[in-house]
Amino acid sequence: MALISFTNKGIFCKQGGFYIDPWQPVDLAVTTHGHADHVKFGNKAYLCHELTKPVLLHRLGADLPVQTLPYYKEITINGVKLSLFPAGHVIGSAQVRLEYKGEICVISGDYKVEYDGISTAFEPVKCHTFVSESTFGLPIYKWLPQEEVFGKIRNWVSDNHDQLKTSVLIAYSLGKAQRLIKNLAGDQKIYVHQSIANLNEGFIKAGVDLPETIRITPDLKKEELQKGIVIVPPALADGKWMKSLMSASTGICSGWMQVRAGRRWQSADAGFALSDHADWPGLLTAIKATEAEKVFVTHGFVSTFSRYLNEIGIEAEEVTTRYGSEEDEEIIKEA
Amino acid sequence: MKRFTELIQQLETSNKTNDKIAALVSYFSTADEKDKPYVIAMFTGKKPRRPVTTALIREWAIELSDIPAWLFAESYHSVGDLSETIALVLPPAKHVTDRKLHEWITDLALISNKDDAAKKEFILQSWDSLDTRERFIFNKLISGNFRIGVSNKMLVNALAKQSDTDSNKIMHSIMGKWTPAEITYQELINGAHVNTDNSWPYPFCLAYALDSTPENLGETMAWQAEWKWDGIRGQIVKRNGELFIWSRGEELVTDQFPELHFLKDDLPDGTVIDGEILSVKDGSVQAFSILQQRLNRKTIHKSQLKDAPIGFYCYDVLEFQGQDIRTSPLSARRKILVDIITALQIKDVAILSPVIDFNDWEQLAEIRKESRANNSEGIMLKKLDSLYHSGRKRGDWWKWKINPYTVDTVMIYAQKGSGRRANHFTDYTFAVRDGEQLITIAKAYSGLTDIEIKEVDSFVRKNAIEKFGPVRTVKPELVFEIAFEGIAESKRHKAGLALRFPRIARWRKDKNASEINTLDDLRQLLASTLSNEL
Repeated sequence: MALISFTNKGIFCKQGGFYIDPWQPVDLAVTTHGHADHVKFGNKAYLCHELTKPVLLHRLGADLPVQTLPYYKEITINGVKLSLFPAGHVIGSAQVRLEYKGEICVISGDYKVEYDGISTAFEPVKCHTFVSESTFGLPIYKWLPQEEVFGKIRNWVSDNHDQLKTSVLIAYSLGKAQRLIKNLAGDQKIYVHQSIANLNEGFIKAGVDLPETIRITPDLKKEELQKGIVIVPPALADGKWMKSLMSASTGICSGWMQVRAGRRWQSADAGFALSDHADWPGLLTAIKATEAEKVFVTHGFVSTFSRYLNEIGIEAEEVTTRYGSEEDEEIIKEA
Repeated sequence: MKRFTELIQQLETSNKTNDKIAALVSYFSTADEKDKPYVIAMFTGKKPRRPVTTALIREWAIELSDIPAWLFAESYHSVGDLSETIALVLPPAKHVTDRKLHEWITDLALISNKDDAAKKEFILQSWDSLDTRERFIFNKLISGNFRIGVSNKMLVNALAKQSDTDSNKIMHSIMGKWTPAEITYQELINGAHVNTDNSWPYPFCLAYALDSTPENLGETMAWQAEWKWDGIRGQIVKRNGELFIWSRGEELVTDQFPELHFLKDDLPDGTVIDGEILSVKDGSVQAFSILQQRLNRKTIHKSQLKDAPIGFYCYDVLEFQGQDIRTSPLSARRKILVDIITALQIKDVAILSPVIDFNDWEQLAEIRKESRANNSEGIMLKKLDSLYHSGRKRGDWWKWKINPYTVDTVMIYAQKGSGRRANHFTDYTFAVRDGEQLITIAKAYSGLTDIEIKEVDSFVRKNAIEKFGPVRTVKPELVFEIAFEGIAESKRHKAGLALRFPRIARWRKDKNASEINTLDDLRQLLASTLSNEL
């Protein structure tokens, strides 16, 4: 009998009696990471990586019943061995490895292959069955090394600085924001929206080494911001607050910025193709490294990517889930 | 090419006109001298001959990137632009090169006559020495289709600013006949070539739509009213014994309309007339759908000459006795126009667009209601003391159009858009009811706000019944009011008729699919436009 099945509540491990990233309330939700499409309110218990706990408490309530695990530590639930492996997607993101009677299944949630400087680096796990996302599962998505992208962002920031413009980066508050902070810290002060500041506080308490940032408060002078880098979540991209900024230049950091249409769709001044998801070569490398006999392809270019996998000799099946991409939803919502 | 790539990047990263003009001014101040005329040619749609076919380019890109053809096609659907898709799927370049834009263009022209193997070698080597952004530009150079959101007017404004030259003069100059290899930037700015060129047209004077009632325009005495004819705006140029007919799309269409060739002998030299190319039969203007049979044809059948004879309704005179008279007031120009047209030997082909007599705005509003009956789109209001402006200028000329036709339809297919709209389902196909069936009647992709597009997008994703490549069949649930300008018989469409300029007027969330229009409703409308009852 298969170790996992796809039900209307989410990915279910019958032998273990728990779900992975369910979208309807269940008894035990094993949670890969804290993005809203992977964790919902109302489960009786949550199990996640230590560094995902502060995110869940912040987002779903301080009294949420959350148990944690460090990476690699194995526990047994109803005879099913369960352990977490780094997914490299955001701080605390994990792939869930299940083992039962010699059968191994890995549910990867969201992942990226390149080390981003702040999330524990992705690690391929050998398995029989692998569940993979396909957010950027088209060969047009090939990321530049992140140092090159950050080089572009730094140049842009310094151009803005010369023109007395505020550099406003639009980035998802969990993941992209911390990545930007870690990699851009140095020359200029970084100001962050409170949704980012709150998450950062949780991470710092949990022991993450995050550079110092300044929380944007109503009494902070706009002239002050002008000298620095401002990071805000996408929901604010078109808001009143942005319009009140003096001569701001906005830059969106998202994988969708790889394509000109993606850049033009947003009313931003600059787009940087920086993603927390694996690109096309990344997906293929990761999947091949698992040596899986069977791959379930979830959210993204599902049918295209699974067709390609089958053609290159990797058995793959399309699965409908309710996962989107946080990049997809968050950025596009307010455009 | 790096400088040009940078320009394109700048043009794309801002949606503010001033930023774009600043980027263009900076480019034309710093770019390589020889590159500049090529860039102007490209931005104004002067296409060189295509050196390699799209099919070959696509084939080589697929081969080089080592992906199956279907996957390339999927990628293309997602990107929405072939040049860009190729730039993105190719493996990273192994070399770098920094050649000038005009060198690339010249080399591309040179391979035109070579065999496929030589072409392939050149293209592959080029791809391997350019980064993703440069490859995109290079591919665009091959296709010649450089649509980058720079209008002629914007380019002209930038050139005028950069060179401190009058923008009308530059508009003349770049609209004339020239080839980038044979002209310098300075010559182009000075317009050296256009003085000897008999053909050059003037920029058309365009009107804004009147968004309120004409009462706000003040005294009726100051205004001239004409029908707003629904044809092809054209300019007839007669100089030094030669006749040229330009369309508003800045295309020379002289050969398409032999009925007007008599003007070569009949019009005095140094005359330029602005007017509307229409199909006129027995003294009445026919529907645009009839004129359409005559457009963009290489050969014209006798039956077409008989069924859709051409007439030219004259609006204005821009040049008379070799003098540019665009700065004379309209009232004076009209007098000259009347004299010119009255003096023609052949009558009834080039005729004066009649001036509408009216005493007050209320009366004119009544007259406007008759627009459909004479196949016009409404009324034009021109100030009697107005100059003939270059392009669109607010205040002197207004178009007071009648409301478009509308039909309630249901969406049955959705497809991802291209360009800016790639990745969202933005291109929809609509149907009307014919008994139990739904019959496709129009495709449209404009008229919704970004927020509505996202709402429809999410509906499509949840309600897709079938997929054919990029197309989704969706549950016929969403009702849209489609506005259109005209209706014509069509053998190509299952419905037997086609709508002109269909676009989404509004999303009728208040209606359900049972309340849409029927095919019979549209057939009746078609019959009424063809009967030509006045």
